[in-house]
Amino acid sequence: MYYPVAVGGALTDVIDGLVAEFENEHPDITVNAIYAGNYDDTRVRAMSAIEAGEAPQLSVLFSIDLFDLLEQDAIVAFDEVIESDEEREWLDSFYPGLMENGQIDGQTYGIPFQRSTIVLYWNKDAFEAAGLDPETPPENWEEMAEMAAAVREASGGEQWGVMVPSTGYPYWMFQAFAFQNGHRLMNEEGTEVYFDDPAAIEALEYWVSLAEEHEAMPDGTIEWGTLRQNFLEESTAMMWHSTGNLTAVRNEASFDFGVAMLPMNTQRGSPTGGGNFYLFKDTTEEEQRAAMTFIRWMTDPERAAAWSIETGYMGVSPASYETEALRNYVEEFPPAAVARDQLEHATAELATYQGGRVRRALDNAVQAALTGQMTPEEALKQAQAEADAALRRYARSR
Amino acid sequence: MVIQNADRRMQVYGALLLLPAAVLLGTFAYLPTVATLVNSFFLPGFRGAPPAFVGLENYAMLVEDATFWKVARNNLLYALGTIPTSIALALGMALFVNARLPGRGLVRMAYFTPTILPMIAAANVWMFFYAPQIGLFNKLLGALGLSGVNWLGDPGVALTSVIVMTVWKEAGFFMIFYLAALQSIPPELKEASDLEGTSRWSFFWRVTFPLLMPTTLFVLINALINAVRVVDHLFILTKGGPNNATNLLLYYVYENAFSFFDRTYAATITVVILLVLAVVATLKFTVLDRRTHYQ
Repeated sequence: MYYPVAVGGALTDVIDGLVAEFENEHPDITVNAIYAGNYDDTRVRAMSAIEAGEAPQLSVLFSIDLFDLLEQDAIVAFDEVIESDEEREWLDSFYPGLMENGQIDGQTYGIPFQRSTIVLYWNKDAFEAAGLDPETPPENWEEMAEMAAAVREASGGEQWGVMVPSTGYPYWMFQAFAFQNGHRLMNEEGTEVYFDDPAAIEALEYWVSLAEEHEAMPDGTIEWGTLRQNFLEESTAMMWHSTGNLTAVRNEASFDFGVAMLPMNTQRGSPTGGGNFYLFKDTTEEEQRAAMTFIRWMTDPERAAAWSIETGYMGVSPASYETEALRNYVEEFPPAAVARDQLEHATAELATYQGGRVRRALDNAVQAALTGQMTPEEALKQAQAEADAALRRYARSR
Repeated sequence: MVIQNADRRMQVYGALLLLPAAVLLGTFAYLPTVATLVNSFFLPGFRGAPPAFVGLENYAMLVEDATFWKVARNNLLYALGTIPTSIALALGMALFVNARLPGRGLVRMAYFTPTILPMIAAANVWMFFYAPQIGLFNKLLGALGLSGVNWLGDPGVALTSVIVMTVWKEAGFFMIFYLAALQSIPPELKEASDLEGTSRWSFFWRVTFPLLMPTTLFVLINALINAVRVVDHLFILTKGGPNNATNLLLYYVYENAFSFFDRTYAATITVVILLVLAVVATLKFTVLDRRTHYQ
């Protein structure tokens, strides 16, 4: 089994612990958990293993890899492997919002594991210092820009107001802006994208304006990997980041912080994100059953609760939030429930055929706009053209 | 008759000696090259279907691919930025630590340390050096009262930042070759030139530098290979961004093959890289080799 870690922190230890526990309980099954880098690296590891004729039985891969994995003919649907009604029930036990990226044509290919939404982390001390109410995070775009500018001004330019990462997964952040502006970037079949829609352009204009107009966010791109450190060292009062960082921020923050849903424009919204379990082809029935046993064990409500507490990733099923452990945790530490509550306003993460190329086109557009190389409109028009070309190439190969 | 037999025996003997190298080269160099060339004429198959032959379509796509041209240009700048600098720096450092100075061993070790660090680890450290608000470089600039630079996030400086890190990483490695070469220069030459009253400057240009030419050539080839080959730090530092400002050829090949699952287009780019390298190699054998003085 290959798995990724995209948020840093000691998640490998947590996984190793879980695997050891599982093997203790199931002496007849051996799990070889290999940390393989971020989502892209992990996909490469898994795909090269398949190429080499040593397909893993299961892996945690990007939830949006579904189309590509299908295109590569690499995975099997869980529907083909489950046998009993009980297992069918298990398949239906997850949050539907988290299943969106894992299902196609009524078949389930991805089981939610380390799933997230984007949340807003804010530094209450910084808000207080800027004369803002420390308990009130921004509700909408306007407020976020104002509050961020206020922090910037009050700190005499020492502290930034807000940072939204624009490396690593820029398309993901952009998708949040676009969805908050009432716009969905792709169709459900994964064959069309709508990057140059006026609502999308407006969303990117707002993102750019945070730096250009409100001077509340640094120029240029903001690094995904070091952003958490920026927040912890109080060089920014707010950050947008995966909820998967929550526990690490909680453990390391030397100030009072809060977690909120992302601000809205015409509506609330965040794409879901993170990794799913996949079952691979070219494995024996016995291996597939063993893999199922492991996945069911890992996504069991108690385990999902423990995983959520240790990382900040969401409990993947309603049942996990009903466990005593997670109930108590949420009571004592309410930010732990924000990602779940936001799920109500969530949308599927950008996933299409030729996903890598399409996402890359959008990533480039976002970065070109943020670094002032192009206007948001030019950048998104170009991304649309590039994505269309990629999807045409896909249509040809089909 | 007897002579012919011995002759043939020698031929078989020679062929057998060549065999291991030939097998290795064939398996790991020639076969993949041919396979790559063949692949570049196909479109990837869908859901396990066999790839479809499309002739030169991938090459047509490449000609129109603005990203490819940008990446090629980046790579040229990267080569021009890293190769001369790291070679000059390596030579300078080698001359410095070849002289008698206190703590020579320590200085040598310090120069060589970047080389033995894994690229990924080094890049992770440098990512925090470069980080805009919390990074070492901007803290230093801040101490001088200067506002910081977004080293990796500003398309104007991102490629330079990557180049600087590469030079830091490579110069120490090349230094070792220069140091070894310097130590193999017979001391009599220096003694003789001292007797003649040659200045240090002309001794370096007339004697040391020409004697170092084979090393320079070797280092140059290595630096060139590295400029096309080294991509590890891009994974950590920039992922080729912002907006492809730091994307290099091999990283682009990787992206196409593994992020975009487009093996055949990746093969097409690879073929083009191979062609360019073949031209460079020809130049090396015909022009540079003739001008190099071997001992």
